[in-house]
Amino acid sequence: MTSRISATVQQIPKSGIRDFFEIVQTMSDVISLGIGEPDFVTPWHIREAAIYALEKGKTSYTSNLGTPRLRSAIATYLAQRLQVDYNPTNEILVTVGVSEGIDLALRALINPGDEVLYHEPCYVSYGPTITLAGGRPIVVPTRAEENFSLNVADLEKAVTSKTKILMINFPTNPTGAAISAEKLAELARFCEKHNLIVLTDEIYSELTYDGATHHSIAAIPGMKNRTILLHGVSKAFAMTGWRIGFACGPADIIEAMMKIHQYSILCAPIMGQEAAVEALERGALSVIKMRNEYERRRNFVVAACRDMGLPCLMPQGAFYIFPNIAKYGMTSKEFALQFLQEKKVAVVPGTAFGASGEGFVRCSYATSMEKLKIAMERLEEFLKERK
Amino acid sequence: MDALLQLLQRDDRTSPSELARQLNLSEKEVMTKIRQWESDGIILGYHAVIDRERIDPDLVTAVIEVKVTPERQGGFDRTAQRIARFEEVENVYLMSGGYDVLVMVNGQSLRDVANFVTNKLSTMDGIQSCTTRFRLKTYKENGILHGVEEKCERLAVAP
Repeated sequence: MTSRISATVQQIPKSGIRDFFEIVQTMSDVISLGIGEPDFVTPWHIREAAIYALEKGKTSYTSNLGTPRLRSAIATYLAQRLQVDYNPTNEILVTVGVSEGIDLALRALINPGDEVLYHEPCYVSYGPTITLAGGRPIVVPTRAEENFSLNVADLEKAVTSKTKILMINFPTNPTGAAISAEKLAELARFCEKHNLIVLTDEIYSELTYDGATHHSIAAIPGMKNRTILLHGVSKAFAMTGWRIGFACGPADIIEAMMKIHQYSILCAPIMGQEAAVEALERGALSVIKMRNEYERRRNFVVAACRDMGLPCLMPQGAFYIFPNIAKYGMTSKEFALQFLQEKKVAVVPGTAFGASGEGFVRCSYATSMEKLKIAMERLEEFLKERK
Repeated sequence: MDALLQLLQRDDRTSPSELARQLNLSEKEVMTKIRQWESDGIILGYHAVIDRERIDPDLVTAVIEVKVTPERQGGFDRTAQRIARFEEVENVYLMSGGYDVLVMVNGQSLRDVANFVTNKLSTMDGIQSCTTRFRLKTYKENGILHGVEEKCERLAVAP
């Protein structure tokens, strides 16, 4: 019997994270370093503002684009933080997280067979979302030896006459890689040369360490008109469950994205939008506190890994380390499974983030210092038993 | 505030090697800084944070607003310091506004606090008046919430 599920959906693999989650679910007392979200509860002033909005009866639909108040807060925030100016009336669309923004942008731009370049290891949704939009996902590798940064030389090898979009994500989930201003300028020139549109996922832009500043490709002169900037409140403000992201770009593209958004989603939830206004307008201190906390944890886990002889880059952003486990003679999946079964610590196999993640595991340090300490002790035991 | 001071303020039991790791410093640097702060009187002491209401349900805390006649030399200092030296006095602050000195006092009973105010405090030279208020319940103390547990429940694995 032929399947009644569409051929397109059938060809898309299930998320490797989902597989792993189902195994972890069956076990108790697991310390999880597999979680891609902050362990902080949303700061109280933001929750309080949302509660107040509910008390005042803010429970309706909003404009498809998002509330004018939130769009103007986003414009102000982006001008201050990323030095890019967007017009809140037609260049900003409030989405249900960055995930929706990626989907909308790809569907709004791709004609069947168009090619989309993206760098791996990367967030789990990029490849499948491109396929679902009718595009051809083209993987460009990044390497540990180069701090998982993106090289124009590799892009030049992958680009064809059918290439329409370049997707980038810095700081990167799962590697924690950041990109220098110089390299970003090279990427911009590459996109201009090949007339590409850039889809830049900057959800981790508030989480950069060692005092480094995040640079957005949208801020490079000449790039705004070919860039869709995706960002949101989930990671920086510990607001994953509120589901508020935003897409900013040229008015014609935002208009096209809005068309899909109005038929499929209508609008992002108003409570989340109300909370996001408070976060963007008055959340800067909360972000600094959380960033400092992540930085200390990062220092701790990287030092712990290196002390036990596990090669690990010092990530410059996000809240993941991506240590290299290749020398233990196991695949990433075997490593993660055995570590989970023997020591009850969950890490995510690097292959969940693309084939080039083989030989690595992703550990999230968005977990309390107490738990991180225990997890690192268990990791050391686990590795010793394998020497 | 210095990142090391912040960590110590949160948990002074963290070992120097641990602190060094978290801050990307050497253990020696951490120890040098701590010793310097101790000798400079920046770090004044280390103590456990206790929920007093739970181990000592009868404990009475009073907040006393004191009006003081300032002296020609030294203003309020001599009187305030005199008040501060009493064992039962927990905090003393010079305030702006309707009164001069705020005194917080702990006692085992209302009688204890009443005795302190009537016998010691109000009879002191320079004290014009005392308004005593009693604490009924603690919701937050020294930055720590009481009776509110906040747990972030997350999926075991998430992208």
